[in-house]
Amino acid sequence: MPAVSKGDGMRGLAVFISDIRNCKSKEAEIKRINKELANIRSKFKGDKALDGYSKKKYVCKLLFIFLLGHDIDFGHMEAVNLLSSNKYTEKQIGYLFISVLVNSNSELIRLINNAIKNDLSSRNPTFMCLALHCIANVGSREMAEAFASEIPRILVAGDTMDSVKQSAALCLLRLYKTSPDLVLMGEWTSRVVHLLNDQHMGVVTAAISLITCLSQKNPDEFKTCVSLAVSRLSRIVSSASTDLQDYTYYFVPAPWLSCKLLRLLQCYPPPEDGAVKGRLVECLETILNKAQEPPKSKKVQHSNAKNAILFEAISLIIHYDSEPNLLVRACNQLGQFLQHRETNLRYLALESMCTLASSEFSHEAVKTHIETVINALKTERDVSVRQRAADLLYAMCDRSNAKQIVAEMLSYLETADYSIREEMVLKVAILAEKYAVDYSWYVDTILNLIRIAGDYVSEEVWYRVIQIVINRDDVQGYAAKTVFEALQAPACHENMVKVGGYILGEFGNLIAGDPRSSPLVQFNLLHSKFHLCSVPTRALLLSAYIKFINLFPETKATIQEVLRCDSQIRNSDVELQQRAVEYLKLSSIASTDVLATVLEEMPPFPERESSILAKLKKKKGPGAVSVPELDDKREGGELNGGGDRGPDTAAMSASNAVSRYVLVASSCLFMYIGFVCKNNGVLFENQLLQIGIKSEYRQNLGRMYLFYGNKTSVQFASFTTTVSCPGELQSHILSLNVQTKPVEPLVEGGAQIQQVLNIECLTDFSEAPLLNIKFRYGGALQNLSLKLPVTINKFFQPTEMTSHDFFQRWKQLSQPQQEAQKIFKANHGMDTEVLKAKLLGLGTALLDDVDPNPENYVCAGVIQTKGQQVGCLLRLEPNGQAQMYRLTLRCSKDSVSMRLCELLAQQF
Amino acid sequence: MIKAILIFNNHGKPRLSKFYEHYSEDTEQQIIRETFHLVSKRDENVCNFLEGGMLIGGSDYRLIYRHYATLYFVFCVDSSESELGILDLIQVFVETLDKCFENVCELDLIFHVDKVHNILAEMVMGGMVLETNMNEIITQVDSQNKMEKSEAGIAGAPARAVSAVKNMNLPEMPRNINIGDISIKVPNLPSFK
Repeated sequence: MPAVSKGDGMRGLAVFISDIRNCKSKEAEIKRINKELANIRSKFKGDKALDGYSKKKYVCKLLFIFLLGHDIDFGHMEAVNLLSSNKYTEKQIGYLFISVLVNSNSELIRLINNAIKNDLSSRNPTFMCLALHCIANVGSREMAEAFASEIPRILVAGDTMDSVKQSAALCLLRLYKTSPDLVLMGEWTSRVVHLLNDQHMGVVTAAISLITCLSQKNPDEFKTCVSLAVSRLSRIVSSASTDLQDYTYYFVPAPWLSCKLLRLLQCYPPPEDGAVKGRLVECLETILNKAQEPPKSKKVQHSNAKNAILFEAISLIIHYDSEPNLLVRACNQLGQFLQHRETNLRYLALESMCTLASSEFSHEAVKTHIETVINALKTERDVSVRQRAADLLYAMCDRSNAKQIVAEMLSYLETADYSIREEMVLKVAILAEKYAVDYSWYVDTILNLIRIAGDYVSEEVWYRVIQIVINRDDVQGYAAKTVFEALQAPACHENMVKVGGYILGEFGNLIAGDPRSSPLVQFNLLHSKFHLCSVPTRALLLSAYIKFINLFPETKATIQEVLRCDSQIRNSDVELQQRAVEYLKLSSIASTDVLATVLEEMPPFPERESSILAKLKKKKGPGAVSVPELDDKREGGELNGGGDRGPDTAAMSASNAVSRYVLVASSCLFMYIGFVCKNNGVLFENQLLQIGIKSEYRQNLGRMYLFYGNKTSVQFASFTTTVSCPGELQSHILSLNVQTKPVEPLVEGGAQIQQVLNIECLTDFSEAPLLNIKFRYGGALQNLSLKLPVTINKFFQPTEMTSHDFFQRWKQLSQPQQEAQKIFKANHGMDTEVLKAKLLGLGTALLDDVDPNPENYVCAGVIQTKGQQVGCLLRLEPNGQAQMYRLTLRCSKDSVSMRLCELLAQQF
Repeated sequence: MIKAILIFNNHGKPRLSKFYEHYSEDTEQQIIRETFHLVSKRDENVCNFLEGGMLIGGSDYRLIYRHYATLYFVFCVDSSESELGILDLIQVFVETLDKCFENVCELDLIFHVDKVHNILAEMVMGGMVLETNMNEIITQVDSQNKMEKSEAGIAGAPARAVSAVKNMNLPEMPRNINIGDISIKVPNLPSFK
């Protein structure tokens, strides 16, 4: 007999549903629904008290209307009233309505909480389960406040029924997820772990979800679950399937629970206890062995369940990454699945192999499947499987197979699905860069990429190729030649024109010797594309033209002609007009020297994370870039750089020719140097994190406040910072003593946390301490190393003295090694007030009327270290005409003179 | 964690929606539409997993679905769930429905929304799996039905009498009312593709 008997449903409800289904149009449906809503509303408002049956019927109607996508703005009160009914049916429908329809609406929640409280204390297991379900489904903060202490008690109480225990476990889990601060660990914690041993498999099934979540957050407190989980798993895996009766699913013993146990173990490192580990390895081997046995049933459910366990076991093996034997077996097993006729298995095998590829033990084994994977990329019918194949190729790529993989991915791109093209383009670009042995191959690859899939080549990709060409002079000539040839094509993609414009503008001279690519030919080629391009590209081309005038004076007349024509200097686009006007003026007024200075070759870009990699991460979400080693190799990972600034930002227009140096220099190093003469400011900032500093120093002691601000809306987890004093300091004598307390491991989105460093200078030093920051953003581990701006000058005490004293001491410090001198070009203008402010910020006393030449600056101070005091005298002689400085330092200790001189030369 | 469980038919009409995270009602409807759009355009015998739509959380989420006759069963889950495990869970759900309704069909889901919710609640609670053993689930559902019956026995008698009289005038039971488009049974569940 079926569990739900038909025909005894509510007739009014059935009629209403049939009416709706018979509606011929959307309008008719809405009309019928509105009629019904009005009817229900009047019934609810009416004087006559409704009986339970009618209330239930109307609430069901409302549920149905809600399911069709119509708002329900009444009936909540009636549903709450149903909760306090003594009848199961009415109570049940009330709870149903609330868990489907009520979001955390605060007025009602209080009433609902009351009803729940009664049901929880009713000792009627059915009512208790209904109440627990409701808490778990709504899971609001008010509910957590009301019940977070009650539920653990129910969960571990000896007399609680199994079904209630199950519900209580998941209810607690829900509350812990929404309001972890309200669920306090306590005496119940250890008893929860022991639920893994419970007689009733359903209780174990529910409890394991709770335990897994708790273990992730508090691994140490729940450590004991490892051995319990292993023994439970071992009992399941080794038992004959009949032992578990109802939990055997298509001849597989307790597949769901096995998967969950294997997941739980992935929260921990391999067990330390030899016996436990041995037992676990045995389990894993048994699971791998079973995969080779003939199936006990031909049903797909049987193989599904079996393989679900197998894949989890493989994930655990990969997670441990310590048993070469198991890793290779796992890899072979996945290799078999790659050719399996079930699409699901091919998909999962490709996905698991991706993680396997990053293990040193199995990387080579994974590589042996390259042909199969390439074949999958070409022949799979399902785009999501092809996508996984592309991911795996990306993950298994190394120097030995990069050319083959990149070539395959390029040829796949021509026919690839539109949905994955952009990602493929990014991956090809990254692999080409990472494994480029000769950079001409790299340039060829990227230009091919633009040719094949130009529309999907994002800014970042062509920015990157330009960054690389500019930074590597061995490839510049080749790049110019190749891009010149590529531009010959009658139709070429706008991105190609951008790269072409930029590269020829910078390095066109390298191929100008060949009459086939003479300056004028180059210019005409570029200009032939001009009219087909968008405004930003035209702007870039205009900048290329002015660079041409500088590189090739013979093109000046032609180009000026172009700039002068109305479509340029009267262009309706402001940016284009401005560039045309300024470039035209610049080319006619400025002398060749000035022109050459303004349009000097771009300085190399600072090393930073590939803008493409950042883009891929952004696209896939943090943690989803499946090649972790990529991050590791670049020191500092994503955080190390000034963001992705494309070359065109730095492509100057005449008016901001100077500021490009500032743009390019805005890296961390720049920030660090900026702190020599100041104590407060922002040390570091990128898209995720901002670090601010406040510091004060007295004698040989300092205190530094670090402020870490989370700029995202997502929590940073496992946030840790360490301060270390690098190499020379540690190995011999400690010269700086830095002490701090650990910070809170969680930084909420938008929040800022503070850390205090106490610093003691023991002796003079030159290397700054390093601050290392690690945290998880999304799934991805972020790692960032920064120099802390603790420099020797911070421990200066100013010393006032007269001119006489000054020169007397100056003469006393006349040994050659006591003096350090540097002559350098002014970097920041020579404004007197700015200079004075900087010298004062340095920590010394700025002495007036000491130097016979009033243009010069002299300073004096004593550096305080624990062991000794070092007297320092400074003289800075500006030469306004030549825009040069001469800086002289004399100190009682040679190393200090050297260090100060280095530091200060970067300041002016 | 399971974020949402959706059942809709081949035309995208929702037959059950259960969200375990809070979304506004509009977003819920959009998610249903987006999910239908993603799932329905896929061929048969491609794989049963795909990356989640934008609305429900982007690439950390998977849609895991099965298509039975006229109905799609879609579970939206995060990366902490085993894909094949969820496929099994869908199967358990459907087999349970089949037992409870005796050859379940789309109409059963329409006319007994509350029952379907109850059955689901015995399996999944707050987005986590409560029970996977079909017999256990059915035992729970049975005992609820018994309670329902016994309550109806005392208090429901008048209502049932009225309903019986009214039904006499109906040429057929509402269950068999002409529903135009569909009333296809799910044939032989275990041999689905």
